[in-house]
Amino acid sequence: MRWAFLARRLGFYLAAAAAAIGLNFLLPRLMPGDPSSAIVEELERVSGQQVPAETLMSIRAIFGNPHANLAQQFADYLRQLSHGDLGVSVVNFPVPVADLVWQALPWTLLLVGTTTITAFAIGTLLGVVAGWKAGSRLDAILTPFTTFLSSVPYFWVALLALWIFGFVLGWTPLSGGYDADLPQGFSLAYAVSVLHHGVLPAATIVFSAFGGWLLGMRNMTVTTVREDYVLLAQAKGLSPRRVMFRYAARNAMLPSFTGFAMALGGVVGGALLTEIVFSYPGIGYLLYESLQKRDYPMMQGVFLLITLAVLLANLVADLAYVLLDPRIRARG
Amino acid sequence: MSVLTVEGLTVDYVSGERPVRACDDVTFELRQGEILGVAGESGSGKSTLITALTRLQRPPAVTTAGRIEFRGTDLVSLNADELRKLRWTSLAIVLQSAMDALNPVMRVGAQFVDVLRSHDKTLGNKDAWAKAADLLGMVGISADRVRSYPHELSGGMRQRASIALALACGPELVVMDEPTTAVDVVMQRQILAQVLRLRRELGFAVVFVTHDLSLLLELADRIAIMYGGRIVEIGTAESLYTKPRHPYTRGLRDSFPPLRSPLRKLTGIPGSPPDLRNPPPGCPFHPRCADRFDGCDEQRPELLTIEDHADHTVACRLYPSGDDQL
Ligand SMILES: Nc1ncnc2c1ncn2[C@@H]1O[C@H](COP(=O)(O)OP(=O)(O)O)[C@@H](O)[C@H]1O
Ligand SMILES: [Mg+2]
Repeated sequence: MRWAFLARRLGFYLAAAAAAIGLNFLLPRLMPGDPSSAIVEELERVSGQQVPAETLMSIRAIFGNPHANLAQQFADYLRQLSHGDLGVSVVNFPVPVADLVWQALPWTLLLVGTTTITAFAIGTLLGVVAGWKAGSRLDAILTPFTTFLSSVPYFWVALLALWIFGFVLGWTPLSGGYDADLPQGFSLAYAVSVLHHGVLPAATIVFSAFGGWLLGMRNMTVTTVREDYVLLAQAKGLSPRRVMFRYAARNAMLPSFTGFAMALGGVVGGALLTEIVFSYPGIGYLLYESLQKRDYPMMQGVFLLITLAVLLANLVADLAYVLLDPRIRARG
Repeated sequence: MSVLTVEGLTVDYVSGERPVRACDDVTFELRQGEILGVAGESGSGKSTLITALTRLQRPPAVTTAGRIEFRGTDLVSLNADELRKLRWTSLAIVLQSAMDALNPVMRVGAQFVDVLRSHDKTLGNKDAWAKAADLLGMVGISADRVRSYPHELSGGMRQRASIALALACGPELVVMDEPTTAVDVVMQRQILAQVLRLRRELGFAVVFVTHDLSLLLELADRIAIMYGGRIVEIGTAESLYTKPRHPYTRGLRDSFPPLRSPLRKLTGIPGSPPDLRNPPPGCPFHPRCADRFDGCDEQRPELLTIEDHADHTVACRLYPSGDDQL
């Protein structure tokens, strides 16, 4: 029962991943004109030199070769992908797209990953407390305040924070993810500079994101505390803390958890606005740059990565959900 | 010796513009090892009484008057910590729907283990699980079910598991709110038989709430009838069932098929229960009562002992100052 369910989910995600890879192959070939020639021309224009033969092959494998048949092209494309080759960036010629993505990925995972988890943890915890004592003074202050916060556009929050703390007060740097004057590596000074650059963008993300978790969790908790199993847990004379967490919150967080898994999947895509406002060297900024400069190979590569990450996160969420909610196994 | 003495218990729901009195001046006594059945139509205040008794009520319910004396201590005056020490070791509860009363994300056994260990700090984890399996065995559920989740058990099993759970810490009093409403008749009989057997073996007292009076005949030592938040009649099961005094009790008895005796013609009670937000003056039953007479809509009858039946009281003007007319 359990394994059949998992196998079915796994099958679904494999099919979805195959579809994403297939689409990534088809889209440039469906575009009007011949994108691979256009890219080669652009490369030659930017770099002022002839594109080497192997680069040309790699570009054609990904963006289409007018002289080869489709089956042959698809085989080339898959071979290319299996080597982790996503083509060459037009803007940063001749740096491979894969290298740029690998460089940006840790920054995004660090910034967006930690803040997504932190916002979820803070929001969920406060939400449980507010919902547990719905109508209490804490709830009466926290809930409307959070509702207000959630309605402020993130862009404003980020710009305002940057203006106050970066520009007016000068507490934090205005842009970047680290001190460019320091050698990159595991030195204390470098780590401190990373923290110093990261703290403001991180704070803005947490500030804007925790409210959503709080409100969702609060409302679910309000519903859950009315359940008979919470009443029975109280009747059993368990400690209030145990009743609140093991009985009420544990059940109330099941719906939030799905949202959290989605958010984790979105982490790889980066926080586009954050990374733009703070010029943070992550995937979001990379995508922004490639969109601005029409760097098609880069866009392709980033989109493929984001798609696969979202699928992976959903798969992990499904698996974890099976552990969190025993009823799912039965329902299949 | 009495386990529980309830005196003038009054519970209001204070949500609307006017408080709704769902328990009005409820008084009764429960002796050691006794089973008291409480019957009444839905909306008569049975669950309100149960949650007030066990101090589990939630806003907007407020106990506005009365005493709940449990083994000599007034539960109304205890604080949360003092109450928590009494809970489950002395006072346990079985709720109506076991599906909703068990935590869906915890193994059935774990829901025994946590209460066992929280009231007995010396009990090890392994011993607690073994004890959980024993308790399930007591109600005829095999030991390997201890690791099941609630949804993996049938409705009847869950209900029996809830009863076993209530007995986990050896309580003196178990209150049960319609514990057999969600199961079929066969399972219902099985559960009643088990409750009787366990009571004989373990000697706990029971307050058993149901809307089905016929079911109490086999189970209860004494029966209380609730109507509109008040107790309108209390007597031994035998005397109350064979010779109900209150017209409402009679109506209630005749509207359910008896479990054992031959089928009788069933007659429902015409009309519907009173709206407690706006209760009728006088006797709350008078608008539906075939035997009402002058003054029933003005004077509220008190619970009075029936002459020569020390254990039988009724609140009806047909029996003024205890004259037994029937
Ligand atoms: N949460 C509530 N708010 C207001 N009134 C309530 C609430 N719960 C119950 N009541 C009132 O109390 C009456 C008795 O309800 P309840 O004790 O659940 O009856 P029973 O268990 O006998 O069906 C209801 O008819 C209703 O008028
Ligand atoms: Mg009820």
